[in-house]
Amino acid sequence: MPDAPGLELIRSEINERHEGAVVDTSFDHDQAALIVDPEQVLAVLTWLREEPGQAYDFCASVHAADYLPADPRFGVHYELINRERRERIRVKAMLPDPGRLEMAEIDSCTELFPTADFQEREIYDFFGINFRGHPDMRRILLPEDYVGWPQRRDFPIGGEPVLFTNDEGTTPAWYA
Amino acid sequence: MSILEETAAAASEQLPGAEIDIEPETELMTINMGPHHPATHGVLRLVVQLEGEVVRDLKPIMGYVHTGIEKNCEEKAYWKVIPYVERMDYVSYFFQMQAFCGAVERLIEIEIPRRAQYLRVLFCELNRIHSHLVWLGTTALDLGAISMLWYCFRERERILDLFEMAAGQRMHTRYFQVGGVIEDIPLGFEDKVLAFCDEMPGRVDQYLALLDRNEIFLQRTKGVGPVPRERLLDLGVTGPLLRATGDPWDLRKAEPYLVYPELDFRIPVGTTGDAYDRFRVRLEEMKESTNIVRQCVEGLPDGPFIADDRKYVLPPRSELSTSMEALIHHFKLVTEGYRVGPGEVYNAVESPRGELGCFIVADGSARPARVHFRDPSFVNLQSFRDMCIDGYIADLIANLGMLDPILGGVDR
Repeated sequence: MPDAPGLELIRSEINERHEGAVVDTSFDHDQAALIVDPEQVLAVLTWLREEPGQAYDFCASVHAADYLPADPRFGVHYELINRERRERIRVKAMLPDPGRLEMAEIDSCTELFPTADFQEREIYDFFGINFRGHPDMRRILLPEDYVGWPQRRDFPIGGEPVLFTNDEGTTPAWYA
Repeated sequence: MSILEETAAAASEQLPGAEIDIEPETELMTINMGPHHPATHGVLRLVVQLEGEVVRDLKPIMGYVHTGIEKNCEEKAYWKVIPYVERMDYVSYFFQMQAFCGAVERLIEIEIPRRAQYLRVLFCELNRIHSHLVWLGTTALDLGAISMLWYCFRERERILDLFEMAAGQRMHTRYFQVGGVIEDIPLGFEDKVLAFCDEMPGRVDQYLALLDRNEIFLQRTKGVGPVPRERLLDLGVTGPLLRATGDPWDLRKAEPYLVYPELDFRIPVGTTGDAYDRFRVRLEEMKESTNIVRQCVEGLPDGPFIADDRKYVLPPRSELSTSMEALIHHFKLVTEGYRVGPGEVYNAVESPRGELGCFIVADGSARPARVHFRDPSFVNLQSFRDMCIDGYIADLIANLGMLDPILGGVDR
């Protein structure tokens, strides 16, 4: 882990290169996180990976969380590791609420970290976040014809009306 | 040289002068494997493109045992989440518990007693042996060594008996609790573990004697499915698969948790990263884990087995009949559960398959707002295509076995 001052250094270095890329930092429970502008997330990840002094070149995990009712609502987290120094850093991009049936969008980092392939598909599957530039943006765990984004906090659990052919057209998204 | 050309070259050496047609067959055949194929170790479906017997493309399709565990966890109090997460990767349940409990403990910043830390390491390492035994039995079965399954499951049975003795359950024990473990180990447990530790290294040698000089097994594993280290790192692969290529990345050493820094153990690594190396790395890991288990039993400190923080930990049963406060705490903890202040953590442990991470978002209530598991099987499965491309379809089975995915963990 970079410590709290180290994190601020990283923040200012990135902001020098890419203006406004890092919006905020947080250092909670000994875990360092950069909160970045979703439009520039690729620039930040590339910098963290390629910059000689940083070399966070192993992506351990990509996952998302829904912070409803906060705005911006969705957080996409990238857990990066520098294996030589054994340091972890979290990059967090907050996405605004796109509305119930719309999809939030962010750039895919599969070019940079091929490991993100399945994990971005999983996020798409459960949160309805579209990764621009992903080679194969399909559902991965849920059935292809599933409607809805079940890990969103406002997704109703419990009852699920049965769809028949005669009301398919009238209720294309039953949960809306 | 492609595998077809290699075969042709070998054939022309044996039959000098014969015309060998190495023109690749142009027709590709797409076949479906699974989801109910016994060699897929669960319900994994593969769509394979074959050119003759050679795999040209492969797509894993999963989700057949997706049960929405992560969503369910959002509706449960923290202590009720533990049995849920155990059922993700159903072969390495102690690691799931450790990942989850460790994450909650980081959030509430509770100190775990040393005895509990030792017990956790002990059970995790027993579980690692158990997991590798299941892997070895089923994988050797896939490669034609049927008797291995019975030998491995014989030793697995002893481990399950130990789990039952300590926790009352053979699988999915719910033994780890936030703050420690739920019960102290019973009388006589240590002796049984030590007896097991005496026997296990010899058993591993027996497995080696059965497989390591077995011509069929060697031919089916040596040089099969190697993936370069850089590619594995790009794909986020961790665990024995990565260590088989000679990269000693193990979170027990790299980011020590619990009492691992105090224990003496080594990280086995391979050289070429083929299926044979993966097999040897896991077998050596079993020996090292036995070694850790023995050290844990011998160095087990006295003291409490769970933290004494009534805000998070159930009061001892004996106090309930005498102390009003204990009863109140008990009632409060069981009905509502404890609240965890807002925050988010990612806690990673080294499971038998690699980095198992648990990500929790807490919103200040008694239920987690988000629980996510970074399952190593799920991530490692991405390297499967690289292992199988341009190899024979029979090697695909060997590769899948050596990959060791647990589909419960993949699908969650």
